[in-house]
Amino acid sequence: MSASRTADALALDPRALRADFPLLSPERPGGRVVYLDSAASAQRPRAVLDAMDEYYTTTHANVHRGVYAIAEEATRRYEQARVTIGRFVGAPRPATEIVFTKNVTEAINLVAYTWARKELAKGDAIVLSEVEHHANIVPWLMLAEERGIELRYIPLGADYHLDLSDLDKLVEGARLVSVTSASNVLGTVVDLAPIVAAARRAGALVLADGAQLVPHRPVDVSLLGVDFFGFTGHKMLGPTGIGVLWAREELLEAMPPFLGGGEMIRDVRLDGFTPNELPWKFEAGTPPIAEAIGLEAAVHYLEGVGLDAVHEHEARLTAYAIDRLRSTYGDEITIFGPEPDPVRRAGVISFAFGGVHPHDVAQVLDTKGICVRAGHHCAKPLMRRLGVGATTRASLYLYNDEEDVDELVRGLGEVHKLFG
Amino acid sequence: MAGLEDLYREIILDHYRSPRNRGELPAPPAHRVEGFNPLCGDEIVVFLDVVDRVVVDVKISGQGCSISQSSASMMSAAIKGHTVEQARALVRSFKSMMSIHEAHLGTEDGGTEQAAGAEILGPDSLGELAALQGVVKFPVRIKCATLSWNTLTQGLDEIESEAAAP
Repeated sequence: MSASRTADALALDPRALRADFPLLSPERPGGRVVYLDSAASAQRPRAVLDAMDEYYTTTHANVHRGVYAIAEEATRRYEQARVTIGRFVGAPRPATEIVFTKNVTEAINLVAYTWARKELAKGDAIVLSEVEHHANIVPWLMLAEERGIELRYIPLGADYHLDLSDLDKLVEGARLVSVTSASNVLGTVVDLAPIVAAARRAGALVLADGAQLVPHRPVDVSLLGVDFFGFTGHKMLGPTGIGVLWAREELLEAMPPFLGGGEMIRDVRLDGFTPNELPWKFEAGTPPIAEAIGLEAAVHYLEGVGLDAVHEHEARLTAYAIDRLRSTYGDEITIFGPEPDPVRRAGVISFAFGGVHPHDVAQVLDTKGICVRAGHHCAKPLMRRLGVGATTRASLYLYNDEEDVDELVRGLGEVHKLFG
Repeated sequence: MAGLEDLYREIILDHYRSPRNRGELPAPPAHRVEGFNPLCGDEIVVFLDVVDRVVVDVKISGQGCSISQSSASMMSAAIKGHTVEQARALVRSFKSMMSIHEAHLGTEDGGTEQAAGAEILGPDSLGELAALQGVVKFPVRIKCATLSWNTLTQGLDEIESEAAAP
């Protein structure tokens, strides 16, 4: 294959892709939006909406219960979605190792409430990092309060990457290292390999929060070498209300159930119960069936575009955006995140603009149809570490292009006019 | 759709750029109270010097957006030198303008708006504060505008309960 053909295979046309997303249509009632908030939640292609609609229209019944044809078919499709989604992230045994949750928050809480509460006792340590989303801090703070667990934090370095220089000391004696794979504020992509290696040497398990990574580049949980891995549907073109916890089968087997109820049991007596097999042991109640089918459709869509192409496109667009912002606004803009790098940086661009509060920045941008996030991004410890109360954040995905970035740059000009 | 000019009135930008009563008071004797907007991470600190039920002095510190900062600035100017009762009445009038109608904005003894004996002023009688009326068209920002007022209420409650303590 020639180099040019490789380049062609990787080429991604965001404008053409946008046509698949009803909300991003120029004909949208209310006008075209420049959507730069996919790190909070992505938009859905028509294929995902159609898959869910088709399921509800033709096949809906509760799963694992009825003996009639559509109930059998609903069960088959729900379990097939599990396998598709598991294979997408390289799960060796997708049929048993993929647990559907509500989101990553629930996936992390599941580990905190089952594995950690069974395994950890007073004096045990968990290692987190300074850049974590509240979803990967608060469950552990709750556990720390309840059990007397020690929490340690991998510090943030001056280059906006995790400072791993004292890693061995930090993980010494720890039972779990729980870190993000990509920061939802800084765009930092965490190099998990040295963290996994240090954890192995210390005998600790590793949980990685994949919420900001899985939507944007190929991920293989086996290659990452982690023990627990969580990600969420709505950030990867899928519906809300569905997330995934992957864990190695032997870990899941040894963990007690999470929520109690129907589906998660094999037998219930008046004086006790026997939990169900994997993965249903962790899926109490009627699961998000249509959402699983919608997420499967999102996976097919992403595979059709190609995760390598998505990654390459975002890396190029991120470099373009950072360059445009800096060359236009110079000292007036401070970007909180690493320098552009195809491997070590994702398309999340947080910034401070000319002393104007992020709420005001986002409000002015909104009048131009530009959607950015303003706030602490559920990472208050990181905001304190950066010495700011909030930032403005633009995040990029496969449907964004240079034109969107140019709109952002122009929109900031309006902010400057009003507040400068 | 409401335009930016509804939100960012000139007087608001003026208070944002040149906030009144900015700073701190030694506490004690002044009373220090903090307020947070968990949505955006904004925080405000209100220092209240209340003597004989009169707000003798007030200072504002903390950080926030133009709406929360200008609202705090205007609030400080409006309550300084007035009685606690007048300040509470102004809180009710301001929140009413923000379309917030609470049954129990009242005093420690469970008093309501009527029991406190104060009428709700319309925007026309609120002076500069009326400039914040446009915020109502931007529901997310109402919390920005009311942050300092909720913090003030909390401070006044604390001062009064301390005074009532034996």
